[in-house]
Amino acid sequence: MDEAILIGINSIFIVALVSTFIGAVSTVQVSYNMESAFIPRSTIGFIVREMIILELAPTITSIVLAGKVGSSIAGGLGTMQITEQVDALEVMGINSISYLVLPKIIAALLVFPMLVILAMFLGLMGGYLAGTLTGQLTAQEYITGIRIDFIPYNITFALIKSVIFAFLISSISSFRGYFTSGGALEVGSASTAAVTNSVIAVLIADFVCAQLLL
Amino acid sequence: MIEIHNIHKSFNGKKVLDGVSGVFQTGKTNLLLGASGTGKSVLLKCIVGLVKPDIGSVTFDGTYFTNNKLDIKQEIRRKIGMLFQGSALFDSMTVEENVEFPLKMLNGMSKDERLDRVNFCLQRVGLEGTNKKMPSELSGGMKKRVGIARAIAPKCTYLFCDEPNSGLDPLTALKIDRLIKEITEEYNITTIVVTHDMNSVIEIGDNIMFLYEGKKLWEGTSDNILDSDVPELNEFIFANRLMRDAKKVEEEERNQAE
Ligand SMILES: Nc1ncnc2c1ncn2[C@@H]1O[C@H](COP(=O)(O)OP(=O)(O)OP(=O)(O)O)[C@@H](O)[C@H]1O
Ligand SMILES: [Mg+2]
Repeated sequence: MDEAILIGINSIFIVALVSTFIGAVSTVQVSYNMESAFIPRSTIGFIVREMIILELAPTITSIVLAGKVGSSIAGGLGTMQITEQVDALEVMGINSISYLVLPKIIAALLVFPMLVILAMFLGLMGGYLAGTLTGQLTAQEYITGIRIDFIPYNITFALIKSVIFAFLISSISSFRGYFTSGGALEVGSASTAAVTNSVIAVLIADFVCAQLLL
Repeated sequence: MIEIHNIHKSFNGKKVLDGVSGVFQTGKTNLLLGASGTGKSVLLKCIVGLVKPDIGSVTFDGTYFTNNKLDIKQEIRRKIGMLFQGSALFDSMTVEENVEFPLKMLNGMSKDERLDRVNFCLQRVGLEGTNKKMPSELSGGMKKRVGIARAIAPKCTYLFCDEPNSGLDPLTALKIDRLIKEITEEYNITTIVVTHDMNSVIEIGDNIMFLYEGKKLWEGTSDNILDSDVPELNEFIFANRLMRDAKKVEEEERNQAE
């Protein structure tokens, strides 16, 4: 269980930072594109909410985590493999895959959705701050906006996505790390491959989810 | 008793082990001797199943191991203690946790019993008081000794040590050699030690196999190794001036006796 705490706590700051700014930037850009007197300003809040909940919070968070979590899983397992720590486990009669990899996947499955919820919340907060501080729309308009036509399924959809992404990232990175052979150089390339492969997998899965689940 | 039969292993078409057979006796320190790169570590890994031999088989006290079912293999592995050439300590755990780890995994000892055992093993390798250190804070020789402590912590039936005293000063090396021999005789276990150190050979070599380019060229004991007529082995032994002197002394003694 300490794995979950590790992955989670180590990533809170970066996820918070990225999601707040993404929320802020989205609000500013949407309002820049909607300088029309016929559209109520609250629509900005509505659009920002849809973007953040459906796409930005789960996907951007997962891509950020692919970099952080993916490289640390692959680097950690790769190092254990080349320094024979994995062999040492095997000789003790321990199944090294279930001992090392399973907890990491379970940890990711638990922690990713929580971080995505945090990212949704902070993304909306970032949008609120950017919108009101720059005077693009009032607090009242923003809050009205983010409550228009709220569909609870969208949150479920985002959480389903985050669980799928968590599984992809943790298992791809574990695979890359566990099957490292050679030396420190190979551990480095395993980490890089873990991140690039995970990001690609997340993007493809994102598209597939949108097709199948929406 | 561990028996190996006709072990062959190639990596990418390059032959590393070329039909090695032999018997490792219980209660004896069995040495695998050979120059660097002759396949000693690979043979040890073939025996414990970390490397799958291309041909050949291994039996532990009559139980077939090599291609047996996983649960039977794991059953045997729980009786194995192994020191790796690079120590292979778990680098996210302290010294104490490293040595405690196999105890935690294997049997239902209480925390206190485990700690007693850990301290006992650390004391036997001369590392009492290093419990809370991380592996990264240890010297190479200290890591080796923690590795030995971890290998002997559960009371194993089979002990494998890959170069237990490389990188240690002569005195510590001697202590480690003697410790391994002591444990082997005390608990009547089957021990295989990989080495290229002639001091170990003379000190603890109950049964010695000499490997050369993946083949077993000679087998014997520390008593008759100086009299071997295998040129490759003689070249290996007598590269060391002290060994040449020892041989001379032995011959002189023999001549005087006649
Ligand atoms: N996983 C592997 N893949 C490819 N080749 C390997 C592998 N493991 C070992 N070898 C090769 O097998 C040969 C024997 O290696 P091994 O580690 O058994 O030598 P050794 O006798 O233990 O030497 P040393 O005394 O230096 O430890 C070497 O040429 C090595 O390059
Ligand atoms: Mg070796």
